Amino acid sequence: MGFCFSDRVPLIFERSRPGRRGTPAPARAADPAELFGEANLRERPPALPEVDELTALRHYTNLSRRQVGVDTTFYPLGSCTMKYNPRVLEAAARLFADLHPYQDEASLQGALFLMHELGEYLKALTGMDAITLQPAAGAHGELTGMLVVRAYHADRGELEQRRVVLVPDSAHGSNPATSAMAGFEVREVPSDADGEVDLEALKRELGDHVAAIMLTNPNTLGLFERRILSLTEAAHAAGVQLYYDGANLNAIMGWARPGDMGFDVVHLNLHKTFATPHGGGGPGAGPVAVKAHLAPYLPVPLVEKTPAGYRLDFQRPKSIGRVRSFFGNFGVLVKAYAYIRLLGREGLKRAAALSVLNARYLKELLKRRGYRVPYDGPTMHEFVAQPPEGLRALDVAKALLDEGFHPPTIYFPLIVKEAMMIEPTETEAKETLEAFAEALGRIARRGQEDPDWLHGAPYTTPVRRLDEVRANRRPVLRWRPD
Amino acid sequence: MPYAPHTEAEVRAMLADLGLERLEELYAHLPADLLDPPIELPEPMNEDALLRHLAEVAARNRPGRVFLGGGVRDHFVPAIVDTVAGRGEFLTAYTPYQPEASQGVLQAIFEYQTMIAELTALDVANASLYDGASALAEGVLLALRATRRMRAMVSRGVHPEYRQVLATYLNAVGADLQEVPLEGDRTPAFAVADDVGAVVVQSPNFLGAIESYAPLAEAAHAAGALLVVVADPLSLAVLRPPGEQGADVAVGEGQPLGNPMSLGGPHFGYIAVREGLLRQLPGRLVSMTEDAEGRRGFVLALSAREQHIRRAKARSNITTNAQNAALRATVHLAALGPEGLKGVALATAAAARRLYQLLLEAGGVRPLTRPPFFAEFALRLPKDPAEVRSLLAEAGYHGAYPIPEYGEGAALFAASERMTEDDLLAFARAFFVAVGG
Amino acid sequence: MKVPEELKYRETHEWVRIEDGVATVGITDYAQEELGDVVYVELPEVGRAVRGGEAVAVIESVKTASDIYAPLSGEVVAVNEALADHPEKVNEDPYGEGWIFKLRIADPAEVEALLDAEAYRKLVASEG
Repeated sequence: MGFCFSDRVPLIFERSRPGRRGTPAPARAADPAELFGEANLRERPPALPEVDELTALRHYTNLSRRQVGVDTTFYPLGSCTMKYNPRVLEAAARLFADLHPYQDEASLQGALFLMHELGEYLKALTGMDAITLQPAAGAHGELTGMLVVRAYHADRGELEQRRVVLVPDSAHGSNPATSAMAGFEVREVPSDADGEVDLEALKRELGDHVAAIMLTNPNTLGLFERRILSLTEAAHAAGVQLYYDGANLNAIMGWARPGDMGFDVVHLNLHKTFATPHGGGGPGAGPVAVKAHLAPYLPVPLVEKTPAGYRLDFQRPKSIGRVRSFFGNFGVLVKAYAYIRLLGREGLKRAAALSVLNARYLKELLKRRGYRVPYDGPTMHEFVAQPPEGLRALDVAKALLDEGFHPPTIYFPLIVKEAMMIEPTETEAKETLEAFAEALGRIARRGQEDPDWLHGAPYTTPVRRLDEVRANRRPVLRWRPD
Repeated sequence: MPYAPHTEAEVRAMLADLGLERLEELYAHLPADLLDPPIELPEPMNEDALLRHLAEVAARNRPGRVFLGGGVRDHFVPAIVDTVAGRGEFLTAYTPYQPEASQGVLQAIFEYQTMIAELTALDVANASLYDGASALAEGVLLALRATRRMRAMVSRGVHPEYRQVLATYLNAVGADLQEVPLEGDRTPAFAVADDVGAVVVQSPNFLGAIESYAPLAEAAHAAGALLVVVADPLSLAVLRPPGEQGADVAVGEGQPLGNPMSLGGPHFGYIAVREGLLRQLPGRLVSMTEDAEGRRGFVLALSAREQHIRRAKARSNITTNAQNAALRATVHLAALGPEGLKGVALATAAAARRLYQLLLEAGGVRPLTRPPFFAEFALRLPKDPAEVRSLLAEAGYHGAYPIPEYGEGAALFAASERMTEDDLLAFARAFFVAVGG
Repeated sequence: MKVPEELKYRETHEWVRIEDGVATVGITDYAQEELGDVVYVELPEVGRAVRGGEAVAVIESVKTASDIYAPLSGEVVAVNEALADHPEKVNEDPYGEGWIFKLRIADPAEVEALLDAEAYRKLVASEG
């Protein structure tokens, strides 16, 4: 993988030398005691590293060479949509870097236009009526969406009785965590033998004690919930709201819309479907789109288009309030806007179709190499595989690192043992998929002949398997100056 | 279609391998009613056309020197921050769940955690949260979990938007939020009842004033509550940090460290706690450890707190956080070093103090914030601040944010190390015109 | 897999030792084997009143968190503080030094509902 190898990479603090100075910054003569009063001053200065600019740059550049990204490596993490992050999106965001959120609205008409347009595009793609761009990530969007549902039920005097949220047993952990943060109890609904939600079991759970059902479609097995229309109809008949987790939208964007399926509230992950970069763990953005009956509860402010220009609407008495300061992750919104403008409707539709083609094609390649696919229906942008019997997903993942690939998501969804959740995305070439499948085939064969070899992987990464038990029993979460 | 590499021949070959002929067949099993909805989107553009379009959109904004605050300000960012944060390995990586191939991000987070702990003088920080407002909400929820109480007392010196976000989060779990009014520009002493789990104060506060809250820490602890402090991280280069004043939790907005203003996001929120609260921390944590051959390495730790394991009982639902923004701060702090950072903090405060003096020379303008303050301060204007802000914008400056919650004519201003004496004088001249006219 | 004869068991893999109205509770050898290396135990508060079947503690490995259930109703009178620094005791000596908490039994009749060693062994065999 082209790593920067070195057995021991110092911490930036370990490169510090007393008296070294970094990048000169603007300065002014000032007496801290005079400015702040002696009593308000720090006793001990912070132990930040003293390094020159080259040392700092070299340190972090070399750290980056001990890291993989989509830019260097195939990264088929299920439900993460690790597609190429077009570099022009970075240039796009820079055009708006110097705006302050407290500027006069008249001086922000370009930014407000962009937010409004993006909102219109996302509503069009999802088939929804109103939208907030405020949430800073998918899970933040989930919380926002569930708080909107909560406010809706409260407004109708039904919150006291509707305490339960239903999620499938294949759901991502953020769904129950979000429901708890929104003040609900969670009940799991089983999947049937085909991997779709057991509709009869779900119907038995429905009632006026249920606030909402959280679903993703396609689900985490990569399967489209074909009975979705019956499901949403049954839910609505019981006064239950439908929440769509947009993590898997890449499979269907342009082809089908959650709004048409009967969903009342949808969150999107701009850092998945709309190609804004993952950044090593964010920042992302998680806009939430709703049907008209939920619009009054959206966070403030919304962006409104008037004949006189764009304005911010804070006059929303039923709003749940704010979930973030200012307007949201505006710089991420710019990138998503740019991505949609680059692809257009046909481009987005084709991206979705090619993401499904790539995943289906890869699935067949893996099946021919002894990997099992327990839910082998018409999977879409992702699928869940298991290694051949006797091999562990963890070991296969580690061996993939030596082959120059980032492993897929492992041990999720929980309903499949030794799960490997694989999502190639549309930006990967046919030969990459074939090379990946070849590598997995080699790993399976050698792993079956030589289990000890497999248990010891990886061998060629900057570090080998790390002692996680030690990290958890005796965590060391910071460097300390001795 | 850009970015997908497939040629027509490859598409045909792959479809054939699946026994199919057209891409449409991949969707044939979906309910027919759902397929091919009418979606209106503009025609695609190439990169060149896109950037021209966006430049035209950006031109509809009005540029100007920014004298606005609220925790987000126009600070100098060394060039190496962009260089490092823009490297593809950092920019396009996922969360470091496979540590053997992610030592870059993991070590950077470990360094970040250390720097935040040092700035706040607390024991441990997490890998970042979304922003200052949600960091406050998470910090208060942490305090309520730790004390098993359901009431928070929050000074009105805390940023109004942070209080709004906090109210949203607390309302969801049925916890009570009680606001404590300011006396003038600062938080008065107040009694803490024994059903209160979290006491919250901000310093420098929203009006820019520096508060000393060690007595409040004592009052909180005497009642069995925890003290949560909102603190501007740049100010901590010189000001007495939360850990030196009895705080249990420190939270704040990280933008002033290495991140562009970008209309308020993306930035990052930080949270730091004293040792005993470690297991209550939400979000990601990175620990140092060793590999099978004794090499030092880094790994995500204490994951049993998090959503993917603890599910409904997780500390928080947070998954994606703000890693690239926190990385920018890390590189920023390394680039400046403690002396550089202190210099920036002092220059910021000196510019703010100078601006304060200049603006008070305008007729009818009275102080709301009294020194000492850090980067921001509030004034009472003789005219509607919204109008003043608008007039300033027309003149090419951004300042005078209306803060009606704090009284008639109240407006917030900020300065930074970037403002030269000429910048301050020019703004003051425009301000005199806007206010007096 | 050790299943001491003199102990009682709950179907959720806790063991119980009863002496003078006080029940000492831990997790079984089978449970610690399934969990893997224990990294942390979240102990209940001394003095807390618990109902039989209520989740009262959490035991964490690197990749999982499992609830520990009170096998009987009563009041928590002691917790094993040593586990804070040495959670591995749960793996090394689950029936001895790996004990988790003690409770004063509220209703001795509830003891009847617990499994004996034979019944527990059968349960584990059927689960495997």
